[in-house]
Amino acid sequence: MVLIYIDQADQQIKKSSLEAISYGAALAKQLGVTAEGILLGTVTDDLASLGKYGLQKLHQVADASLNHFDAKVFTQVLTEAAKAANASVLVFAHNLNGKAIAPAVAVKLHAGIVTGANSLPDTSNGFTVTKTVFSGKAFAQINIDTPIKVISINQNCFGVHLQEGACALEALSIAIPAASTKVTTTHKVEGEIPLTEANLVVSGGRGLKGPENWGIIEDLAKVLGAATACSRPVSDSDWRPHHEHVGQTGVQVAPNLYIAVGISGAIQHLAGVNRSKTIVVINKDPEAPFFKAADYGIVGDAFEVLPALTAAIQKSKA
Amino acid sequence: MKLLVCISKTPDTTSKIAFTEGNTKFDENGVQWIINPYDEWYALVRAIEMKEQDPAVTIHLVTVGEADAEPIIRKALALGGDEAIRINIQSNDSFVVASQIAAIAKEGAYDLILTGKETIDYNSACIGSMLSGLLDMPFVSLANHMVLNGNTATVKREIEGGEETCEVVLPAIVSCQKGMAEQRIPNMRGIMAARTKPLKVVEPIAVQATTSIKTYDLPPAKSGVKLVAADNVEELVRLLKEEAKAF
Repeated sequence: MVLIYIDQADQQIKKSSLEAISYGAALAKQLGVTAEGILLGTVTDDLASLGKYGLQKLHQVADASLNHFDAKVFTQVLTEAAKAANASVLVFAHNLNGKAIAPAVAVKLHAGIVTGANSLPDTSNGFTVTKTVFSGKAFAQINIDTPIKVISINQNCFGVHLQEGACALEALSIAIPAASTKVTTTHKVEGEIPLTEANLVVSGGRGLKGPENWGIIEDLAKVLGAATACSRPVSDSDWRPHHEHVGQTGVQVAPNLYIAVGISGAIQHLAGVNRSKTIVVINKDPEAPFFKAADYGIVGDAFEVLPALTAAIQKSKA
Repeated sequence: MKLLVCISKTPDTTSKIAFTEGNTKFDENGVQWIINPYDEWYALVRAIEMKEQDPAVTIHLVTVGEADAEPIIRKALALGGDEAIRINIQSNDSFVVASQIAAIAKEGAYDLILTGKETIDYNSACIGSMLSGLLDMPFVSLANHMVLNGNTATVKREIEGGEETCEVVLPAIVSCQKGMAEQRIPNMRGIMAARTKPLKVVEPIAVQATTSIKTYDLPPAKSGVKLVAADNVEELVRLLKEEAKAF
């Protein structure tokens, strides 16, 4: 049985978990087993409707104390749940919480793990998972050699697939260990689209000359409904916050569309974006290496091109 | 207060990546090795800052690797660790690596174990989490700020669309990322001192690997950029909508 961990925040199921369900359901079908989910805590979503992503059964430990993420507690509860359900494969989203607990759960279950998988495993001869390595510069096909397998999937690599179906609900009772961390404050940037979940990203580099010029990036992002990002020199100079830094040592993104403005395209930056489906580069230097990695390009001054592009997109959407 | 900082050897960020032996082995030819940036810039430097604030802090470094990892661990000592341990085994399996570090951690009774958020070669982000599973310790991942107060640490960690501050009772494991500390360069005094700092080599414990690398592939090359004139943004919008179906 494939057991999918369903991650929530603020009592809402995360989009990355819906993708994990779609992935887990496809994998279950491939293996000829059932796709079941495990949810910790309570959410406001309609759980029976998770069937439309391919989930057949949902196990829920509906204890409100689990609405706060605690890596140690979640590891223990998930391990117990996986044992009780007799799971042969566990699927996580490779999101912030998935990164924190999937490897620990794998250790507890004596399971091999591949984090950041890009596609369904090849199960024709063994169990081989493809993942990105060298920060986006290459892929590795990795065999998981243990009876139980754990996979966490890269966000935006598989997509959310809708189908017909209902999901059965089953309450699961597991003793919850004492919390190991206490959250004192939470700070969320309102109205901003989280970069790793974004389908569209508009990113700015040093070519924009200073933080005061970011309005044209934000305007374009706004008409597209895109997240904003930046290159490393920009975040290092504190023009933009660190969490916007895309690249080998920052965030790696895989949106549908990545628009790079005034970014030359150093190898470290390309590593963070080369899983994007479509890349657009706008740069006044025709020799910028980024053009070699782009699908579409405009050689021109960002300060003229961007406002025109924003207006053209707005017009096309009207 | 005893700190253990996990150090990994990775190819320099500018390295061109290639493979040999039928795409089953990373080609180390001409590769410059560095301390994994997350281990160095954030985990190690934050540990050093803590020691500067409180001389009672001791910093041990641990790396899992063969003799070719020694220049890296010496460089880390030059930045500021007190002593280092090298576990003499090379492995691409996170479970093997984490099990070796866990064995050292159990012996050393550390108050705080720091890792980088991931290595820039295998990007598994596994070691901190696996250590928490192996040692049954609290784990705070993707931290960008941390201060110690007695037997607790106050840590800021990234969450989707923001951050949260949490308190964790030590001993604990924290994985570190950008924001945690500022990058430093080793000075001459540090480099000289590192030569005489203890570097202990220990033999690995026996552990079965859980995964094996079958093959590597390079990403397919882009077919070539389609250039659009700067005064014809409407054409770009059309291509993005109709050809790329990007929005």
